[in-house]
This record gives sequence, C-alpha cells and structure tokens, in this order.
Amino acid sequence: MIDHAVLEAAADEVVLDVDVRARFGDFDLQARFTAPGGLTALFGRSGVGKTSLINLLAGLARPIAGHIRVGDVALFDAAASIDLPPEKRRVGYVFQDGRLFPHLNVSRNLTYGMNRVPPAERHHGFAQAVELLELGGLLERRPAGLSGGEKQRVAIGRALLASPRLLLMDEPLSALDAARKNEIMPFIERLRDEMRVPIVYVSHALDDVVRLADIMVILSDGRVVASGEVEDVMSRLDLRPLTGRYEAGAVLAAVVIGDDRESELTELSFGAGNLWVPSLDLPRGAPLRVRIRARDVSLSLSKPEDSSVLNIFRGTVISVEDSDGPYADVLINIGAPLIARITRKSLNRLAIGPGKTVYASVKASAIDRRSVGLGGTRRRRH
Amino acid sequence: MNLSLTPIEVEALALSIKVAFAAVVVSLPFGVGVAWLLARREFPGKILLDGLVHLPLIVPPVVVGYLLLVLLGRKGPLGAWLFDVFGVTVAFTWKGAAVASGVMAFPLIVRAIRLSIESVDRGLEAAARTLGAGPVLVFATITLPLIVPGILTGTILGFARSLGEFGATITFVSNIPGETQTLPLALYSVVQTPDSDAAAMRLVVISVVLALAALLASEMVARRVRRRIGR
Repeated sequence: MIDHAVLEAAADEVVLDVDVRARFGDFDLQARFTAPGGLTALFGRSGVGKTSLINLLAGLARPIAGHIRVGDVALFDAAASIDLPPEKRRVGYVFQDGRLFPHLNVSRNLTYGMNRVPPAERHHGFAQAVELLELGGLLERRPAGLSGGEKQRVAIGRALLASPRLLLMDEPLSALDAARKNEIMPFIERLRDEMRVPIVYVSHALDDVVRLADIMVILSDGRVVASGEVEDVMSRLDLRPLTGRYEAGAVLAAVVIGDDRESELTELSFGAGNLWVPSLDLPRGAPLRVRIRARDVSLSLSKPEDSSVLNIFRGTVISVEDSDGPYADVLINIGAPLIARITRKSLNRLAIGPGKTVYASVKASAIDRRSVGLGGTRRRRH
Repeated sequence: MNLSLTPIEVEALALSIKVAFAAVVVSLPFGVGVAWLLARREFPGKILLDGLVHLPLIVPPVVVGYLLLVLLGRKGPLGAWLFDVFGVTVAFTWKGAAVASGVMAFPLIVRAIRLSIESVDRGLEAAARTLGAGPVLVFATITLPLIVPGILTGTILGFARSLGEFGATITFVSNIPGETQTLPLALYSVVQTPDSDAAAMRLVVISVVLALAALLASEMVARRVRRRIGR
C-alpha cells in the first residue's frame, strides 16, 4: 500500500528536528516533529500556534525547553544552553504580510540579507533569484507601488538570497486572491524542486498543503497531533475533525501515464490502478499528488457495468466512522487508501463494514487542478 | 522705515540662530536615545525618566532657569566640574543660553521622535533580524531611516521652541547683549525703554520671518524625505 522501505530511508535523512516547549501568555505550545528536506506543511486552524511555532524556529520567540536542529546545526538547545539570535540562525522567513522595507527599492530589499552573507557562503546568485522569481522589471520600484503578488515574490527572493538553511513561509498566499495565488504557487514549487531549500510552510488551506507539501504536520491547540507524509496523514479518518469534515479526502501519489487529447483527459497511475482526470497538460512520467474528496466517492457492492463514471476501483473496507449529519466515512483499501462519504442509510442498506469488498466510483469531473500537486514525495522516492 | 538691519538686530538674530542650532544639534542624539528607551524598553525607573524629560514642559521656565543656575553656575556641582575638567563656563555665556534652550526643547524633541518610533512596524525590524542584521544594524538601517520624519518634526519643534525661549534663558544666563541676548530678550529690553515702538516692531517682524522661514524649510525637507522612504 505504501512503500515503507523508501519512507524509512527518507526519514533517515532528517533535516529538521524540532522538540520545543514554549509559553505565550497562557498559551502553552509543545511541538515535536522531524522532517526530511522538501516542503513541510504546518497545518491547523487559526490560533493553534502555527505562527508561534515558526517564530520559535526563526528565533523571534524563545522556547523554555527542548531543541531545534537544522541539519547538524543546533539553533536552540536548552540542555546545551544554545540559543542563536535570529541574525545568526540563517533561517529565512517569508511573512504573511510581506514586510518589505518601505524605504528601500526592490533591488536593495533583495540584497539586504545577501549582503550579510560572505560571498563564499552564498547559495544563490542575485541574477538567478531575479530570474527564478521574474523580478527583472521591478528592481528599481518601491514596495509601495507593487501588487500583492509582486510583493510576495520580492519577499521570497529576499529570504532566499540570504542563503538560508531553512526557509519559513507563514501563509504567504493568504493575502492574495485566487489568481495571484496561482501566480506564486509555481515559484514555491521551483524553490522546493530546483533550489532544494528545506521549507516549512504554514497553512490552513488543505488545497495548498496537498499541492505543495511532502510532509504534513497537524497542529491543534498547541500540540502536534499528527505528522508524516501527506498521503498517510490524509488517509487517517481520526484526523477529520482537524482537517475539516467538509474537506475530508484521501491523497494519492501518482504519475502521469498519458493524455487522451480527443476526450481532453489525462490518465494517471497510482501504482495499484489508473485514474482518469480532466486534462492536466503535464509530461508523461510527471509525479504528482491527487486529492480525492470523500464526498466525491460513491460505493456499490457489484461492479457498475453501465455507469458514466470513468474511475471505478475494487477495494476492501478497512474501517467505518460516523461523520456529522446523516453521513459515515468509509476507509477503503484499493491498493492505496481512499475515503468515501456515504449516508448511514446506504451504509446499513448495503451492510458495509470492515472486510467487505466494494466498488468505489470517482467522477473525473470531481478532480480539478486545485486538487493536484506537482512533484514532491514520489519524485524523491524514485 | 529703513529696511537694512542695525548691528544690534543682526547680532541678536545671529545669536538666536546660533543658540537654537546648538541647542537642537546637541539635544538630538540624546533625544533619539531617550525616545527609543521610552518607546521600546521596559526598565525600572522608566516612569521617573519619562517625568523628568517632561518636567520643563510643565514647570514655569523660571524654575528651570533657576535650577540650571544652581546646577551649572560656577559654584554649582556640575558647573564647577565642567570648569575644573574642561575649563568650560556655561553660566552667563551663549553656551548657557543653548543649554537652557535645549533643556526646554527636549520634551518636544523626545515626544515627536518617540511617537515616530512607536509607529515603526516592529515586524520590519524582526524581518531584518532574520536576514542577518544584529540589533544595532537593524536600528541603523531600518528604524532610523523610517523615523527620519519624526526626527525632522522634533528638530523643527525644538528649533522653534529654542528661538522663542525666554524665561529659563534670562534666569540662567541673564540678558547680555552680544552674549546671551537672543531676539526675545532683545525685544524684552527694547520694550522696557520708552518710545521704542518702531524698534520693537522691527524685532517682531524679524522673529516672525525667521520662524516662518524655518517652518517652510522643514516642510520642504519633510516632503522630500517622505517621498524617499516611500510613504
């Protein structure tokens, strides 16, 4: 079902090792997680301590106990009395509100951090960052004259040029509308895939997490309640209250097999089966993740022979959990975990329970571009 | 009416500018420091410092002048020390006039700069820290440029207050033509003598023109600065 050998191999190369305890007023934060490189999403509702946690990583707030390590460097270690100030941590931070320096033009904003890094230790060239983030036309402009999307691109470039060991992004897209968001997403993907900067990305939007993250850490009320690969975490029924009931759904890691241009569809393989989705316009072999919402999956006991649904999978029920209202969520193993939300009435009528063989139907139209994330885990696995 | 200034008027005008300029230039660094302490730091005795800074604003200027005389006069504890160590006498000299003006202007300078520091987004300073700048560098490259408008406002208020300083000055350094007789003091002397309406009016005009010129110049600089820091 999931390639555990590779998972463990990936877990061996721990890049980020966090085990901290901190107090913010009466708010008690205790967080422990590790992550390999790539993009780690800190997910949770607002007020659960996501920003507080990355402020600890950046050194803008101080834990009362524990340690924070990036690679082999300890940024904080209470036992060893290590507490590097923010300027010594080399942890880049892209703030939710950009925080560009209003008195400096874009070019000088970009070089602010870069100039404090000795040339020999710089990972990224100015020209390279400007090209990657398409900032060429903005260099002489003042932050006040930039659009929201442009500001965030400059903020990302500024953090990147400081050659960080770790890049923190605090909901960098939340202040942007959908169009601007789609404008920035590819840049973050390129940062992750081409620049190979380990990123911790704070978000409360599941779509963003599925699209960008390899590892997902769920925070609730100042505690880490789950952490692991996005596909694994998302297939856990017990986390639905935290991921949002309406948003519940499984995530499949897949690769592109090919396009059917005539019918405008793309065929994906997730190892145990194939999935037809609306055309994605991606090259053959491109690794991606697809989120299939539970409410878009229906079940039947025999294979529907004359159905309009393109994606029908045979599987075994693993567990059933009551959901809110008249629904129940059914976790099915189709070679990968899939979650279906059906009414309790149907559940009883079809006598669905653990061990039962069922056919799960997923309409291709239920999967849109927002449910698909490029690259990430699969790319590292193969 | 003769439009060219008399030697006495020129002297008073030049002295006024010199005293006000010295008062503001010397007060400014301290003003920025105290404003920063009050805006950004919590420490025991903060209320006391705040009160002390504002004292000249609330007590009669004569009181300030008298206290300065006690403290900085030749026989005063600070005055004697200044004379012994540096050979400097401030009592009854233009330097004393500058000290009196500076002390009286200080609360205005601190208030303007403090407000300005409080309005600086601390998030910008935090961002600069994550980009590798230590606290001193952050102050020099982020905070200071952003509070330039406040410093300018403080400078102008302090300069204007110094130009108009009367009570503390006359008490501390007396009214000596050519040494401590600034425009307000000169005007005071002229008003004391009979049949001097025309002479008094000339000094009034000079004072008003000087104040307006200072205000105008500051407005122009402020506008340019605001454009430069992107507000």
